[in-house]
Amino acid sequence: MLELSVNGEKKKTAAHRDTPLLYVLRNDFGLAGSRFGCGSGQCGACFVLVDGRPLASCDLPIWSVEGKQITTVEGLGGNGELHPVQKALIAEQAAQCGYCMSGIAVAAAALLEHNKSPSEQEIRHALDKHLCRCGSHNRVVRAVKKASEQARR
Amino acid sequence: MNKPVDSHLPLSDARRLTQRVHFERDGTVSVATGKVDLGQGISTALAQIAAEELGVELARVRILPSSTAYSPDEGVTSGSLSIQDGGKGLRKACAELRALLAKSGKASYWELEVAGEIPAEAPEKSPAEYGIVGTSVPRLELPAKIAGKPSYVHDLVLPGMLHARVLRPPRPFAKLLSMPDHPGLVRNGSFAAVIAEREEDAIEAAKKLAAKAVWSDGPPRPQDIYDWMKAHVAETKIQKESVNAEAKARGTKHFKAQYHKPFICHASIGPSCAIARKRGDTLEVWSHTQGIFGLRQEIAMVLRMPEERVVVHHAEGAGCYGHNGADDVALDAALIALHTKGQPVRLQWTREDEFAWEPYGPAMAVALEAHLDATGHIVSWRHELWSNGHTHRPGRSQKPVLLAAGEIAEPFERAPAIDPPLPSGGGQRNAVPGYEFPDLLVTQHWVREAPVHGSSLRSLGAFGNIFGIESFMDELAQAAKADPLEFRLRHLKDPRGRAVLEEAVRHANWKKTEGRGRGIAYARYKNIGAYCAVVAEVDATGAEPRVTRLVAAVDVGVAVNPDGVANQIEGGCVQATSWALKEAWRPGALTWEDYPILRFSEAPPVEVHIVKSTQPSLGAGECTMGPTVAAIANALHDALGVRVRKLPLTAENIADA
Repeated sequence: MLELSVNGEKKKTAAHRDTPLLYVLRNDFGLAGSRFGCGSGQCGACFVLVDGRPLASCDLPIWSVEGKQITTVEGLGGNGELHPVQKALIAEQAAQCGYCMSGIAVAAAALLEHNKSPSEQEIRHALDKHLCRCGSHNRVVRAVKKASEQARR
Repeated sequence: MNKPVDSHLPLSDARRLTQRVHFERDGTVSVATGKVDLGQGISTALAQIAAEELGVELARVRILPSSTAYSPDEGVTSGSLSIQDGGKGLRKACAELRALLAKSGKASYWELEVAGEIPAEAPEKSPAEYGIVGTSVPRLELPAKIAGKPSYVHDLVLPGMLHARVLRPPRPFAKLLSMPDHPGLVRNGSFAAVIAEREEDAIEAAKKLAAKAVWSDGPPRPQDIYDWMKAHVAETKIQKESVNAEAKARGTKHFKAQYHKPFICHASIGPSCAIARKRGDTLEVWSHTQGIFGLRQEIAMVLRMPEERVVVHHAEGAGCYGHNGADDVALDAALIALHTKGQPVRLQWTREDEFAWEPYGPAMAVALEAHLDATGHIVSWRHELWSNGHTHRPGRSQKPVLLAAGEIAEPFERAPAIDPPLPSGGGQRNAVPGYEFPDLLVTQHWVREAPVHGSSLRSLGAFGNIFGIESFMDELAQAAKADPLEFRLRHLKDPRGRAVLEEAVRHANWKKTEGRGRGIAYARYKNIGAYCAVVAEVDATGAEPRVTRLVAAVDVGVAVNPDGVANQIEGGCVQATSWALKEAWRPGALTWEDYPILRFSEAPPVEVHIVKSTQPSLGAGECTMGPTVAAIANALHDALGVRVRKLPLTAENIADA
């Protein structure tokens, strides 16, 4: 049994220590918000925060995150609230299918954590690891900008 | 070749009002629709239509998930027809109910006993009366997705569910010669898969088995697909003929050019997934298919089961942009489920499966020829195209089309991809130019044999045909020493088409800057759908061209949800930019490194202008694809003076031009 700290809660899993975190989140912990996209960290759909750093959970063995703080999209806002980035994504209707948005929300939240007022270019750069096939890029950039402005108020 | 599939007609088998609308005890209204949400937000727009015609609050309307168990059969969710066709049937049913309520003297629908038929003519509201239709209602299902709640078929969990992975050969049409035994291995001829209780165990087992499997060689793939297609024409069909020798004889200058569009991947971010469960002698399947009834028909055929013992439920997937691996993975899951003791099986295709096996948007070669007269008018136009069929969807033929049908122990001969007839068409979609040319001939060469598996990709043949037509229009404008806008207007009568062109150019308000080029392009989708004009700005000073700005003007009739339309137009423009600049499928492409798409730092800003209209609604999802690519190619020519006629518009293809 391996114990992980996810969204502030201790959770146990019987999965093998080499199992990628994504499958444990989705299948053992019922946290389906982190989506499977490629299995090799190339698309960004499965991103979570590990001690505040955005990382692909699809090729991250669980032994490597033992004792670290894991935050998934479900716990991004804390206290069951949506994170300002998520609220802005909804307000801007910044999605079509939404499949890539969990990873994007996680990465954008991490960006705003260390850069309170990112430029448009900095936002695009921070999200460049995330693929969106529907073409919602510009709406996402607007939403992240808006979230940063609201946070500064 | 072309089986008569009247996809331009409203397809629905809903005859009775109760097949459409239920007034529930909790005060909500349940609406059954055969059209499904593919991430385009159609469920919100259909809910708006129902709320509008019924005259109830939008919050009361629930769109039921589609299922062959109870939904009306409305064919496939494709071709930008969900509002045009799906909305039409729903609107009539709701308008009739409103009239029935008024006649009944009851206080509300919830006291009304609903019975009777959906009439051919119902007292529908006029656009001037709309209060909910025409407003930008936020998407109903979006908050749950953004919150990370289970939203997709990938996220469904059924009791006792097992996980599976399929094992396919390194190349198409290869036969499985040997595979070592393994717990959970399922084999049926050359179809192989492995089941495990835990997903990661299924992944590991599949990796182990793939390394040890021995496959026969498949047939070699053609070196140059364009030459190969021309040598393998199965049928030639005239699509439009209005020959006028007198007009042609007025031509003083003659021009010819050929344009090439490669195989392009749908490249959904979520690889295809399905769940199947055998229960006694019935089979249930959960799928992100675009057509639950066609899929049911095909699964029953391949499993040699009566259709009524197969139920297909729709559950959302990632955006598909046409016919991706959704149906193939559903048949795979169904085959695997037959080997269980009745536990549900969730089959997730890998990223590599999706890139290797999804049905790509087919390659096209387009040859154009024109004569200009002394006044700079086109007097003669020839359009010839070569392509496989652009529709390889299940349920449209007596033979199956899905991958596994040809792999199982008693394999089926698979039906070829086909093209529905015009005006919608498949490969020949938008091959007939929307301009007035006195002498006109459009010829389609259908290639039956498909060395590479293809089917419908957003806009089908319109992408390649409009790329050709609108690039050639620019070449001819230049030859006639005319402004590209004025030259198009010279040949375009349709006032709605003229309006979007002028609107796009006006808003673009473009000024020449060093190293940047501007291009315009226009088309009316399918010649009967939405009007779209695009102005593109390209920066050609770097190693690869970059699109720095797009301005789109569209006329979609009444925009049921204007922000939803804008979202589709913006997304379409960005996706078409990715196709135009980067995308061509190559054998062996399995990952995002092998098949890069446009990223955040590369996505151009897109301005959308929706022309106000009270005309009937026209689907918005696909109309930008052709005009965007052609506008970019024209802008690239403006910047470099080089005409690139082979997609994608990479440095490599620019150098070859």
